[in-house]
Amino acid sequence: MIVRISNEGQYRLDDGLHTRLNELDDAAVRAVETGDEDAFHAAFEELLQIVRTEGKELEDEDLDASDVILPPSDLSFVEAGEEFTGDGLIPEPA
Amino acid sequence: MPGMGGRMSTVIKAKISRLLDRAEDPGETLDYSYQKQLESLQNVKKGIADVVTAKKRLQMQSKKLEDSVVKLDTQARQALSAGNEDLARVALERKNVAQTELQSLDQQVTELEAQQEKLTESEQKLRTKIESFRTKKEVMKAQYSAAEAQVRISEAATGVGEQMADVGLAMQRAADKTEQMRARADAVAELEAAGTFDDLTTLGGPGQDDIDRQLSQLSSSTQVDDELAKMKAELGPGSGAGESKQIEEGQGS
Repeated sequence: MIVRISNEGQYRLDDGLHTRLNELDDAAVRAVETGDEDAFHAAFEELLQIVRTEGKELEDEDLDASDVILPPSDLSFVEAGEEFTGDGLIPEPA
Repeated sequence: MPGMGGRMSTVIKAKISRLLDRAEDPGETLDYSYQKQLESLQNVKKGIADVVTAKKRLQMQSKKLEDSVVKLDTQARQALSAGNEDLARVALERKNVAQTELQSLDQQVTELEAQQEKLTESEQKLRTKIESFRTKKEVMKAQYSAAEAQVRISEAATGVGEQMADVGLAMQRAADKTEQMRARADAVAELEAAGTFDDLTTLGGPGQDDIDRQLSQLSSSTQVDDELAKMKAELGPGSGAGESKQIEEGQGS
């Protein structure tokens, strides 16, 4: 699968990592909902770190679309709250 | 696509898709979509130029505040040497406010610099992808039947579109941030316009009492007290700070 870190680049990752990435993604949002800033940063950082270290960065010439798109790495806790909770959150498809 | 993403990536992906939908018109010819890609590259350049302009504005303001800090510090010393502790305190209060604003401005300049850098990198990526699209488009036109080429080129166009949408989101975010910074910078400009950081010899003029009342609320009194004490110690005895011992005349400047 191809994962994009917004405002950074695209990485090709083993499909097997998909579940782990989803868990961390959801953990980050749960942390935002419970107001736990440290937990948010921990989950989000680990998520980005897995993509960067396990993935192989795509060449700039590559024109493949991404399967997963993550927020920019400098996303703040406040921004995450605005984007991913309350009305801003699109329900997860069944 | 292996399932859907987590909650964050689902939101981001939806945003990107919305931008893509807006940008894509299936009726367009693929040559035309290349033209549009080039146009959006121009928009990105303009977006970066806006960030640079905002940064320069903040830097100019920061420079002015730096001058004010130095000036007010000198004035506080002079006032203290002349035995006017009240005036020294007012000068230090103002210096305190100027310093706080200065720190906040400098932090904003650093943030804008980081954004400018990232946008420039993204622009470079987009430029490379557009160029790659142009080459692939020509190759596919030559190699495949018209219908097959159309499908493959559309896929490639989506890849370029995703990069465009990503840069678009980053520019939006940068624009929001510079807007917030502008509001803050305007507030500092108002303080300046009110004469907050002006020469203290004008002190006592109309309206100054009000400014000072506001300032003493804004600035940290303990910090001012500490600084005043330090300044007194530096200036040494005979600095005219009221009750201090009057020995060793001529120590003060």
